[in-house]
Order: sequence, then C-alpha cells, then structure tokens
Amino acid sequence: MEMIQAALGWLPMWLQVLMMIVLKIVVILIPLMLSVAYLTYAERKVIGYIQVRIGPNRVGPIGLLQPIADAVKLIFKEIIVPAGSDKLLFLLAPILAMAPALAAWAVVPFQPGMVLADVNAGLLYILALTSMGVYGIIIAGWASNSKYAFIGAIRSAAQVVSYEIAMGFALVGVLVAAGSLNLGQIVLAQSGSILHWFWLPLLPLMVVYFISGVAETNRAPFDLAEGESEIVAGFHVEYSGTPFAVFFLAEYANMILIATLSAVLFLGGWLSPFQGIPGLAEGALGAPSMLWLFIKVAFFLFLFLWFRATFPRYRYDQVMRLGWKVFIPITIVWLLVVAGMVVGELPPWFA
Amino acid sequence: MSFQALLFYALSALLLTGAGLVVSVRNPVHAALSLVLCFFASAGLWLLLEAEFLAITLVLVYVGAVMVLFLFVVMMLDINVTRMREGFIRFLPLGTVVAVLSAAFMILVVSGPYFGLEAMPAPPAKAADYSNTAELGRQLYTTYVYPFEIAAVVLLVAIVAAITLTLRRRPNTRFQEPSLQVQVRRADRVRLVSMSAEERK
Repeated sequence: MEMIQAALGWLPMWLQVLMMIVLKIVVILIPLMLSVAYLTYAERKVIGYIQVRIGPNRVGPIGLLQPIADAVKLIFKEIIVPAGSDKLLFLLAPILAMAPALAAWAVVPFQPGMVLADVNAGLLYILALTSMGVYGIIIAGWASNSKYAFIGAIRSAAQVVSYEIAMGFALVGVLVAAGSLNLGQIVLAQSGSILHWFWLPLLPLMVVYFISGVAETNRAPFDLAEGESEIVAGFHVEYSGTPFAVFFLAEYANMILIATLSAVLFLGGWLSPFQGIPGLAEGALGAPSMLWLFIKVAFFLFLFLWFRATFPRYRYDQVMRLGWKVFIPITIVWLLVVAGMVVGELPPWFA
Repeated sequence: MSFQALLFYALSALLLTGAGLVVSVRNPVHAALSLVLCFFASAGLWLLLEAEFLAITLVLVYVGAVMVLFLFVVMMLDINVTRMREGFIRFLPLGTVVAVLSAAFMILVVSGPYFGLEAMPAPPAKAADYSNTAELGRQLYTTYVYPFEIAAVVLLVAIVAAITLTLRRRPNTRFQEPSLQVQVRRADRVRLVSMSAEERK
C-alpha cells in the first residue's frame, strides 16, 4: 500500500486519492468477477455430482476453462433488441441490476482495517443497495414488451419487496446485538470464541436472513421469476449476448454478497474459529485472517448450490405465505428476545 | 469553487432535471423512473449536509420500496397518455399563473431577512466518528418520544384502514391450511382394503 502511494507521490493530492480508491475498487472487483466465473463452474460441478453426473469436463483440465469459454461465447453473441421494446430502458436494465450488486461491496470488511469505505452506516447502506437490485429486473421485464418477461418481473418484484422486510428485521436484530451499524464493529463485537459469534444468540435470525437472501437473489427454490416451465425464462427471455451475461453476473455477484454478509453478520467475518481455544488460539490458526472469511463464504455459497439441487420450486402463494406469515413474525419475536438479552446483559455475548 | 459546492450544484441540477422530466415525459414508467432519479439526487444533497442516516433511509424507503410499488401499479395500468394530454394547452395559462405565483412566494420567503448565509451559517463539521444515527435515535426516543409514538399510531391506523377498505370477504373462496396439510398422515388419505381376488367371468 505505502509502496504504491510513494510511486504516485508526484501527482497532485486529489489525483493520488482518486487513484488509490480506483485501485482498491479494482483489487476488490477482479477477484469478485473471477469468483463469479468459478461459482458457475462450481455450481455445475456440485449439482452434477449430486445428480451422479460429472458436470463440465471437456474444456481444459477437469473442465476448469469452461467459465472462460462461456464468457467468450456470450460476449461474441449478437445482442438482439426486440422491435417493440423500449430501447433505452432495455439496455439500461442490466446495468441497473449490476451496479448495486457491485456497489454494495464498498463497505464489506475483509480483514481488520481492510475495507474500501469504513462507513458508520454500513449496514443501512447494504440494505439500501440490495433493495435497489429489483429495478433491473422490473425494468427488464417491462421494457422487453413481452408477456412472459412482464409476468416474471411482477413476480420478482412482489417477492423481493416481501422478503426485504424479513431481511431488514433480521439486520435490526444484528444491529441491536452489536450496537453498531458499522460492519467492522459488528465483526469485532463477535470476537471471543466460536461461541461468541452471533449465530448462537441470533440463530433464528440467521436462518431467516439467509433464506430471505436466497429469495431476494431469485435463486432456487424461490426462482419463480424465471420459472422456465411456466414463463420460459422470466424477466430475461428477450435478452441475449452481453446484456444477458450482465444479468447473470449480477445474480451471482448478489449470491456472493449475501453469502459474505451472512458470514460477516452471523459467523464472525474474518475471526478465526480457533480463537479462545487454549493451545490452538496462539499462532497462525487463531489469528484473524481473510482466509477464514473466504471459507465461511464458501460454506454459504455451497448451501445455495445444495438448495438448488435439493428443493423443488415453491408455489407462488406459498412463497408469499412463508415471507409474510412465517418469517416476519419469527423475526419480530426474536427481536424482542434479543433486546431482552441485551438489556439483561446475558453472558457470554452481551455481558 | 470548492469540491462540495461543485457536488451541490451537480446534484441540484440532476434533481431539477429529474423533477422536470417527471411532469414532462409522455410515458408514465419513464416519469416514475425520473422520480427515482430525483430521490437519488436529494439523498446526495442530504449526504452533503452530513445527514447520512436520513439520506440512506430515503433511498431505502422511497427508492427501495415505495417506488417499486409505484412502478408495479403504473406498469399494470393501461394509461392512455394522449387523452391525458388533451387539456394541456387549455390549462396552460392557468398552470403558468399558479407556477409563477408559487415560485414568487418561495423567492419572497427565502430571500427574506430570516434566511441566507448570514442568518443561517453552516454548522461546524462533525468528527469522522460522529454517529448521526445514534444521535437521531436518542432524540427520537427521549425529547420527541410522544410525537414519535403518535406518528406510529397514526401510521398503524392508516395500515388498518387501508386493509379494511380493500378486504372483501368472499365466502366461496377456498383456502388452504398449511398446518393441516403438514399434519396429514397416510392413514387419513389411504385406506388399504384386504379383499380376495375376484373371479374372472
């Protein structure tokens, strides 16, 4: 970091600051894009093995170059803009889906002090940005001027708005427990040992948050927005080539974001699971590190894939029932319980 | 011009352009999206005023929820735009008079002795670790707790009223009861009958 800063020393101050910020953004986004690419590979492999197949294995050793081949194929395909569509909004929609999925990473802490923007209201910022992702979907559905796309968009909008409430309440629980909206502070509030992480006192909220996250990213079993047996492919029927690829990227970037947030909010982020265990806590194993965060994120991402291979798609009325009649009451009740635990200073978490 | 002033003018220009588009574009969906742009620009202006909690809440509530439902409704309506525009020229003089009058009133009020940079100097900038959220919460739950509670009750009444207005009891509608569905056992649905094979005739 200091080395780069020294190399940029000859530039005017504002340009130096700008360059450093752009550099940090690149350092976050390139690994993110690579993870998205290899998440699609992992998805096909994992689901393949669950269904007793091998999955992609032709391009490169054990199919490792498959995502690159897919990306190249999508980039060189023709972009078809339907004649009856609203051209401006049709092309704006993928960008609107992608932008919030990337912008949310600004406040995600990877390691102590390693965050692009250490904002006090980080949790609120994340909530605001994830709620904006739905615009891409709605606008895509409407601008395509196709009934299937439109029905997909309507379904998706209703679903995202419903599950956002449960998700917001779950985040309020985290906020009450940690006493801060800053994601770094939330991680630090969980330090101690694996039992100090919030997954234990906030277990129902963690379950609700993650399932709402699956619903919010329109992944199976909540992928009614693209239910291919009823509405072909939902909101992105009319998309091809690069705009389609951007929707795809946005969906997977959102999955990684939800997994990362679940890890940061409930599984102690960068904290080591060996912390607080005598004999193991000293040395490299007990030290907080980015690697622990990545392992936790990988665990949640695996859950996404596992869900997709295991559960059949929900019926529409049951999705709504689960969101409004099950999750919201659970979160409200547990919010009261958490508030009671915090006021009562229940050890070991809130003492 | 300082960077903050530059940001202020850029955001204000965006806000005014968006507001102009809301009333002037033909397509209602485009108008709703211009309104979203307005919310964004005003959230940016609030951020400049160091009101980050309010700014993010504006985006969260209005952009993330209210405008999504607006778009939802606007997209489903088949609005005949040409018919809505018929009276445009006829009402233009009246509209202009109202617009000029309200603009004049606003200028009169704002340019008076109670406003302006001398009367209202910018408050000193807070330190980086100052949490405006915590401060807002403290004020809301101590000094302003009664107005806050009253507002909450009014909102609750509005929710209940909206639901009762739209709720229609239809006795013929059949509902599912998921709890009963889950409790079903095989014996409730399937009866195994032991009978001797019938003779073939």
